[in-house]
Amino acid sequence: MNVFFIIIMGIIMLAGVFAVIRFIKGPTTADRVVALDNLSTIVVATLIFMGFVFQRFIYIDVSLIYAVLGFIGVLTIARYLEGGI
Amino acid sequence: METVLLYLGYFFVSLGAVFLFLGAFGIFRMPDFYTRLQAGTKSSTLGAMSLILGVGLMQPEWFFKTLIIIIFIAISNPISSHALARGAYKTHQKPLTDTIDAYEEVVKEDETKNEEE
Amino acid sequence: MIGAAIYAIITKDLIFATIGTSLISLALSVIFYLLHAPDVALTEAAIGVALSTIVFVIAVRNTKRYEED
Repeated sequence: MNVFFIIIMGIIMLAGVFAVIRFIKGPTTADRVVALDNLSTIVVATLIFMGFVFQRFIYIDVSLIYAVLGFIGVLTIARYLEGGI
Repeated sequence: METVLLYLGYFFVSLGAVFLFLGAFGIFRMPDFYTRLQAGTKSSTLGAMSLILGVGLMQPEWFFKTLIIIIFIAISNPISSHALARGAYKTHQKPLTDTIDAYEEVVKEDETKNEEE
Repeated sequence: MIGAAIYAIITKDLIFATIGTSLISLALSVIFYLLHAPDVALTEAAIGVALSTIVFVIAVRNTKRYEED
């Protein structure tokens, strides 16, 4: 059971490393914003999984706030690229 | 019954982790912006939803809250990816291969209509 | 997180610096969460991801995008 948790966390951390590499390499602004959006989704999933590992119900709330508010920053930058706001 | 839910939760958590990894790997490997957007948003949305559903199945008293988070992810992730694709189109990013640009034809038709009026 | 902070300082494009600041806030929230402080992590997520990004982007839009030497 513990081995299962460690394997899942390793896979998710590998995914985060790939997204961060794209964030550093990405030639244009939009590539970096895509990497940031993907990292935010990964963090939402990871926080819920770690709340399950710690067995605390209150830890879900952080992830709920991230899911509600996390896309507003990406939306703002996309509107700036479009020329609006 | 609880054992069945537990193993179903293991299955969904593993599936979600694999899909999150595939989405990030697609972002790393793909050659061009639009394919990166496709791999990054679709696959990671499915992965996150599946992983959260797996946690909700493993802890049945958390199921309602995880359902709320799944609904929020299903609403907010396509909105942000749509806005990103629109913004990248407006900054004149070209795809690598030849594609049919239907949106440009629509914009041109609108411009000619406005000039006629 | 340290890499994103150094990147946000040395880059000349202010939009890239804004995205780097958002990434710093994301990593800081995860660190607070791992230290068993979910309330601090919640506040950091709400302010750092949404509010500060909006304020910085509006400021960059009203001035100019590229920093001069």
